[in-house]
Amino acid sequence: MGRLELLSPEGLRVDGRRANELRKVSAKTGVLAQADGSAYLEMGNTKVLAAVYGPRECRMRSQALHDRAIINVEFTQATFSRIERRPTRKFDRKNMEVQLQIRDTFEAVVDTTIYPRSQIDIYLQIMQADGGQVQACINAATLALINAGVAMRDYVVACTVGNVDGTPLLDLNHIEESQGTPEITLATLPRSGNVVLIQMESRLHMDKLEKTLQLANDGCAQIHERLDEVVRKELRDLVHKVGQHSNTVRGVSTA
Amino acid sequence: MDVQIHLPSHVRVADDRDDETMINANVHLVTPGETITNDPQFMKGHGAYNDGDHTLVSSLGGVVDQINKLITVRPLRTRYSGAVGDVVVGRIVEVGQKRWAVDVNARQHAQLMLSAINLPGGVQRRKSESDELAMRTFFAEGDMLVAEAQSVPTDRSIALHTRSTKYGKLRNGCLVTVPPALIVRCKSHFHSLPCGVDVILGLNGYIWVAAHVAAPPAIDEADARVTAEALYSNQNDEIDVATRLNIARVANCIRALASHDLPVSDTMIMYAYEVSLAYDQPAELLTASNARDVATQAQLMVQQSME
Repeated sequence: MGRLELLSPEGLRVDGRRANELRKVSAKTGVLAQADGSAYLEMGNTKVLAAVYGPRECRMRSQALHDRAIINVEFTQATFSRIERRPTRKFDRKNMEVQLQIRDTFEAVVDTTIYPRSQIDIYLQIMQADGGQVQACINAATLALINAGVAMRDYVVACTVGNVDGTPLLDLNHIEESQGTPEITLATLPRSGNVVLIQMESRLHMDKLEKTLQLANDGCAQIHERLDEVVRKELRDLVHKVGQHSNTVRGVSTA
Repeated sequence: MDVQIHLPSHVRVADDRDDETMINANVHLVTPGETITNDPQFMKGHGAYNDGDHTLVSSLGGVVDQINKLITVRPLRTRYSGAVGDVVVGRIVEVGQKRWAVDVNARQHAQLMLSAINLPGGVQRRKSESDELAMRTFFAEGDMLVAEAQSVPTDRSIALHTRSTKYGKLRNGCLVTVPPALIVRCKSHFHSLPCGVDVILGLNGYIWVAAHVAAPPAIDEADARVTAEALYSNQNDEIDVATRLNIARVANCIRALASHDLPVSDTMIMYAYEVSLAYDQPAELLTASNARDVATQAQLMVQQSME
């Protein structure tokens, strides 16, 4: 069986994109009434629902830290999210690894020291998996945290990039991912450009790395623009509904 | 059983004016990581941090507030943060050593000390060891109460007290939760609506809707034991059907207002209640289209009354 042609001679990919194009990113925040913050994000056909609860009292008092909040991430993939129906297992090693990665990513940027002895729960559910689950989860969690009013130094935006025969491809879908393409997930802080997560599970020649990362960085910048748009629109809506009858005296914050 | 199916509706209350024109020009919106100012004269408050020497950067999505040289960012949706003197409604989650832990929708459970409640037998009574053992007879896990925030330490949880006849255990009603930002801060948070329903608007977003009780008679010393026992009773009074329906109606009106991000105050609830009388059963208010109808009309009535 021959390998699928991921990049045609005309420079088009299997889904018709160019090498440096993202899939369509659409998002909405405040989708769950019960959660303190929530977001639904689609990157192409990858769909993820994020819910943030907290900062709230620690569930297990022994885990509470006296000087900062703990962050708890739960990542699950719906049974119907993949090509084959697969029941979700409680202690899936692969999922637990993703949980740890996302937790470390957000511990670097959420201002946990202002919420001592508390806990912030982030629940992530993949509704449809079409490649780039981790990047979609990080972007959705960022939106949900902002929606919950949790203090964080900056957005965290994540983007994946692959490399096919020396050409970097932005935002791989499931078909491209499953062909054994080397894939890097990069999460950055757009303000400083700092990298908070970089992850790759296969081999890539060092000469190709710089170009690949450069494209990932560009992708992150594009995603940041898109997410910021979503947040701003939501804020404007809220200001014109809630802002006018705010329960704070003008200029005095209750935070 | 009949099932109602509704098409998704685009929810937009009252006016369709453009977002940009609606927002007052002096409202400064920021998102995390956005520079607020480069001017070195300003100080950072909540929701802002220094990046480099003089740059103030936002760490929240929200509105920039400025008091003199202090700059804070106020998020529009967040958990209750507490302020001294706030009326809050809460639920007991834990009975501990000389204290109760109370869920008030804040970052941590609030503390209610045994010494911060009124005990049966008069205000001046000393707390003894037997009171400590009998704590569950005053408040047990799951009980609702209304209290006032006594102090809000920066590094610890909010301390509550119920040392007034206004505060204490709640019964004869139901709880409605809304985002704390929707509760309008005003002189009194205890309201008796003309429809025979009492509403307590906790500033933490918990609202208690209950049957109306006559104002308690002034406590005289001999009578203190009787009133105090009534204070911690777990028994609901007999409530007639009409009042029950009214409680449900008011509760659903509040839910309708909250689902459209409208402020929850006594006047707003009353307007919503009047509009809702067009529907026979309180349960009808739970459907999305009816809730929108009630919320929209209540908002229009408020606008008209202001003009």
